[in-house]
Amino acid sequence: MTTTTLHEPELARMARRRAMVPYLLLLPGIAWLLVFFMVPILRLIGVSLQSGVYPNYEFTWQWDNYARLWTTYGSQVWNSLRFAFAATVICLVLAYPLAYFIAFRGGKWKNFLVVMLLMPFLMPFLLRTLSWKIILADEGIVVSTLKTLGVIGPNATLLATSVAVVAGIAYNFLPFMTLPIYVSLEKLDRSLIEAAADLYATPREAFRKVTLPLSMPGVVAGTLLTFIPAVGDYVNVLLLGSPSEFMIGNVIQSRFLVVLDYPVAAALSFTLMTVIVLMLIPYVRATGTDDLVA
Amino acid sequence: MTAGNGIPAVELENVTKRFADFTAVDSLNLNIGENTFFAMLGPSGCGKTTTLRMIGGFEDPTSGTIRLHGDDVTGLKPYRRAVNTVFQSYALFPHMTVAENVAFGLRRKKVDDAEVKRRVGETLELVQLSARGSAKPRQLSGGQQQRVALARALINHPRVLLLDEPLGALDLKLRKEMQIELKRIQQEVGITFIHVTHDQEEAMTMADTIAVMNQGRIERLGSPSEIYEDPRTPFVAGFLGASNLMSGTVSGNEVGLPNGAVIRLTDIQAARCNGHNEVQIGVRPEKLSFFGSNDGNAPVNRLSGVIADTSFTGTSTQYLVEVPGIGQVAVVEQNLGDIHDPGEEVTVAWKPEHTFVVE
Ligand SMILES: Nc1ncnc2c1ncn2[C@@H]1O[C@H](COP(=O)(O)OP(=O)(O)OP(=O)(O)O)[C@@H](O)[C@H]1O
Ligand SMILES: [Mg+2]
Repeated sequence: MTTTTLHEPELARMARRRAMVPYLLLLPGIAWLLVFFMVPILRLIGVSLQSGVYPNYEFTWQWDNYARLWTTYGSQVWNSLRFAFAATVICLVLAYPLAYFIAFRGGKWKNFLVVMLLMPFLMPFLLRTLSWKIILADEGIVVSTLKTLGVIGPNATLLATSVAVVAGIAYNFLPFMTLPIYVSLEKLDRSLIEAAADLYATPREAFRKVTLPLSMPGVVAGTLLTFIPAVGDYVNVLLLGSPSEFMIGNVIQSRFLVVLDYPVAAALSFTLMTVIVLMLIPYVRATGTDDLVA
Repeated sequence: MTAGNGIPAVELENVTKRFADFTAVDSLNLNIGENTFFAMLGPSGCGKTTTLRMIGGFEDPTSGTIRLHGDDVTGLKPYRRAVNTVFQSYALFPHMTVAENVAFGLRRKKVDDAEVKRRVGETLELVQLSARGSAKPRQLSGGQQQRVALARALINHPRVLLLDEPLGALDLKLRKEMQIELKRIQQEVGITFIHVTHDQEEAMTMADTIAVMNQGRIERLGSPSEIYEDPRTPFVAGFLGASNLMSGTVSGNEVGLPNGAVIRLTDIQAARCNGHNEVQIGVRPEKLSFFGSNDGNAPVNRLSGVIADTSFTGTSTQYLVEVPGIGQVAVVEQNLGDIHDPGEEVTVAWKPEHTFVVE
């Protein structure tokens, strides 16, 4: 403070200016979202209502484009939802114990184990998935082992099946599930678990009543981060599946890049986005995570 | 120390806890009686929390035996011990309401709904939080959270309650209030409280028995006044209140100081010197008073010197008297009359029974 005395209106103005600071700091973020998120979406909606043949599209309120999702691509939508759901469940089942182990038993190896978890992701997505193609190939180690063990028949294959697609998706998104769960378990106050034990909770009850509910924000974040990109995925199907496993992502990709049918591709993208958001709102509500962030 | 049937509520026998090569608790022997308010006092890192955690079952002793009401519980898991803990950070479950937090222990013991409800109401009343049952812990003030933690432990009617610096996070005024509150609750429910603190005043106002710990060992155990009046070791003398310590040579009931003064001891204190030639003796600052140099009414233990510093603290005045050959001696006097100024030549005197010997 300087020696000049400040009069009340000046003080009030300063206080107002200070209250503005958080909003000013938000501006770059808002501008970014406007330019790179809102504008493309509005443009997407615009394109989705066009009709015509490439490259001469016109804006004609072509609502028919939207109907295509249900009338023509019903099975691909169904594939997307069930593959993404299955992969999310598999990820959750694998990731929770993994995250739990690293957070509670990792000791001084914790950071090393987290890096190990991310190691495969230093390799490009495409290469990683291609290597699965080799692993799951008919003459590969997995198929031959399963055959010797008699788990699958002598003529069975894994590649080009929904099993391979789901396995690929689950593999590719595992860290997105594991990391948020790990973070929520890692920051969990250990004295809460001791308090539960002190109040006669067996280790199992302590887990059910304290650890699990307090790690729900991580579980919700993990399932969202896995499910959302998994629904729109198309690379895993291209490399590990066959046309009968095609997901809606494959349709959108071919409409956009192969057939150059922009209006339908845009309508499909926009519908997909809306459907996912509508499905996830009740999920986030039901898991009540806003109540947990203390 | 033990009441009723004579079996102590908590018994530690040669309990040692080592972390890697560091000994946090060193062959501790301790008996804590039924219905006692027991305080463990000591500087940071002396092993108070570790001892408490071993009694609670959160830490296994490296060696030794722990008994609760006569039963060996060494190695028993926390959820199998009839002991409850109030944690330093309270450790309230953030996703549950106050009432759910308090009911947690009874729910685990499968007590029926109506009973749980009744006892939650009763316990919240005891800690004066009846109106906040449906609040979440984060909506409460520090003092209220502390009381929820207390209620959550007390509802289970434990026979021993462990409290790890439960008042550490509170401001001074609230802390004083909670000290009285805790003492009231302990007397009302009549169970053994083991209270860890490094606040000596807190320990003295609340406890029936104090254990002063230092470097993993108990240096002194006794009632607050016993320990204060006869601390026995230099560490305890310095940790619990202030004292003037002086070295001298014993002969019979008298100690000769380097400046030629002779200090008289009681028979009990003198007996403690046996075998030693050189001893340290001490006296509390408030036991000293000023007298004229030839005042016949002055007690027999006397030192003469010059006032080096005077500081007025309201109800009392603290003086530092420079005594040649001995050093500075602290004196605390009630503010009744004259205040002595620095530079004044004075004689301070105290009674033999206020002199203690430290090893
Ligand atoms: N898990 C552990 N691993 C290694 N050393 C530990 C562990 N727990 C405690 N110690 C050490 O044991 C000693 C005693 O710790 P303790 O927590 O019992 O101290 P304290 O008396 O409660 O101190 P404070 O008043 O600071 O809480 C400390 O030196 C501490 O560093
Ligand atoms: Mg401690």
